[in-house]
Amino acid sequence: MDHTPRALFAMINAGMEDEVLGSNTPWYCVSCYACTTRCPQQIPITDLMYTLKEMAIRAGRYDHPHVAKFSETFIGFVEQRGRSFEAGLATRYHLFHHPQQMVKLGLMGVGMLRRNRLPLRPKSIRGTDQLQAILAEAKVIAAKEAEA
Amino acid sequence: MTATHYPYYPGCSLQHHTHAYQQSAEAVARVLGFDLVEMDDWNCCGATEYFSVNRLPAYALVARNLALAAEQGATELVVPCSACFLNLHKTDKNMGRYPKLGERVNRALAAGKLHYEPGTVKVRHLLEMVITDIGNDRLKERTRRPLYGLKLAPYYGCLVARPDSVFDSTEQPTAMDKMLEALGAQATSFALKTFCCGGHMTQISEDTAFGMIHRIVRNAAQSGADAIVTICPMCQLNLDVYQDAANRYFETDYHVPVLYFTQVLGLALGLTPKELGFGQEFVDARPVLDKIQDVPPPRATPARRPKNALPMPTMPE
Repeated sequence: MDHTPRALFAMINAGMEDEVLGSNTPWYCVSCYACTTRCPQQIPITDLMYTLKEMAIRAGRYDHPHVAKFSETFIGFVEQRGRSFEAGLATRYHLFHHPQQMVKLGLMGVGMLRRNRLPLRPKSIRGTDQLQAILAEAKVIAAKEAEA
Repeated sequence: MTATHYPYYPGCSLQHHTHAYQQSAEAVARVLGFDLVEMDDWNCCGATEYFSVNRLPAYALVARNLALAAEQGATELVVPCSACFLNLHKTDKNMGRYPKLGERVNRALAAGKLHYEPGTVKVRHLLEMVITDIGNDRLKERTRRPLYGLKLAPYYGCLVARPDSVFDSTEQPTAMDKMLEALGAQATSFALKTFCCGGHMTQISEDTAFGMIHRIVRNAAQSGADAIVTICPMCQLNLDVYQDAANRYFETDYHVPVLYFTQVLGLALGLTPKELGFGQEFVDARPVLDKIQDVPPPRATPARRPKNALPMPTMPE
C-alpha cells in the first residue's frame, strides 16, 4: 500500500491529484467498512475509496490495472446474464492476467468440483433485457454527470 | 413469530458454490416452521466489485431486486449472504437518505418499467431474523441434541456488522454468541470476530489474502475453538478453501473447520449432518461432530486463593 488512508486524504487536501489517482491504496480496499465505522470525523472512507477508483479508471491513472480488470470481468458476466459466474470469472481473469497461476487454480478447481461447489454452466435470469436497459440508462446518467 | 412465509433472496454464492448453506438454511426453516420463499427473477447484487468501480449502475443493479420484490408484494426480504445483505440494505437506506441519488436510480429503473420507493422492503439478514423473530428461548425449547462440550468461535465477518449495523456493536457483537450458548455450545472469546476475511483479495493479491485469513484462523484456534461458525458464504469460502494454502504460506498447521450457523443450529435441532450439507467443506468437520457430549461439561470452579497469598487490602478503621 503506497499511502495510509490518512496520508491519502491529506494529499487530497493538498491538491496532489496526480499522486492520489496514481496511488495503489484504494485498490487494496477490501470493502470491510472498518474505517467508515471508526472514523471520528464520520468520513465515509470506503465510499471515498470507491470514488477514487472510479476517477482513476476514468483518468487512465491506476497502478494495478489487473485489480480493475478483475472487477470488470466480474461485472461483465453480471451485465450479460444477471448472475455471477465464478468458473468463467476465474478462468477468464487468470488466463488473461496471471496465466502462470492456471495450474494452481486448476488444482483448486478440481477440489471445488469434487465437492459440487463449482458449476460449469452459467445461470441467467429471465429479465436480462430489462436489466441491460436499466444499466445502460444508469451509465448514461452517470456519464452526463461526470461531464457536468 | 411474526410470519410463516419469508420472501427470500438467496444470492449467487448460495446457489453456485455454497449449497451447504442453502440446504441447511432451508432444513432449519422447515423444522422451525417457516418457509423461505425465493423471490422471482432476482439478479446478482454486484458483490463488492460493481460498487467499487461504477457506482450508479451498481445502485440500479441492486435496486432492480428491491423494485421486483416490492412488486411481488414483499415488505421484507431475508438474505443469508452478508455481501448481498450489505448491498441491498445500503441501497434501500441510501436511496432514502440521499433523495437525489434515489431520483437518479429511479430514472434508470424506469428504463426497465420499474420504480422503487425507499423503505418499502425491509432488508434483513437471516441470522438477525432467526434471533429476533424466533428468539433464543424458542430455539432452546426446540433443541433436541444440545451441543454440550462444543467450543465455537462466532465469526460475524465485516459486512453485516457495519456500517448500518443490525447488531449490538460494529466491533464486538454478541448476538450469535448468545444463540450458540442457548444451543448448549460454548462461544469462545474470539477477538477478531468482525475482522474481514479478505473478500476478493485471494484473486488479486494472494499474500495479502493469506495474511488476513491466517490471522483469523490463528485467533480462532487460540481461543480454543473446535470450529468457526460463519454467517457469510464468502467468509466460509476464504477461511475453508484457502486455509491449507495459508498454512503452507506461513508454515503453520491449523485445521479449524468452518461451518455455517445454520449447520450448527440444525445439529442442535436434531437434523442429521447429511441433511445439513456436511462433507462439502475442505477442512474436515467430522471431528467436530465427535466432540459433542451427552451431558453438559462441569463448570470450571474458580481458583482458590493460595494460602501464602498476600492479605486482601482493607480500608483503615
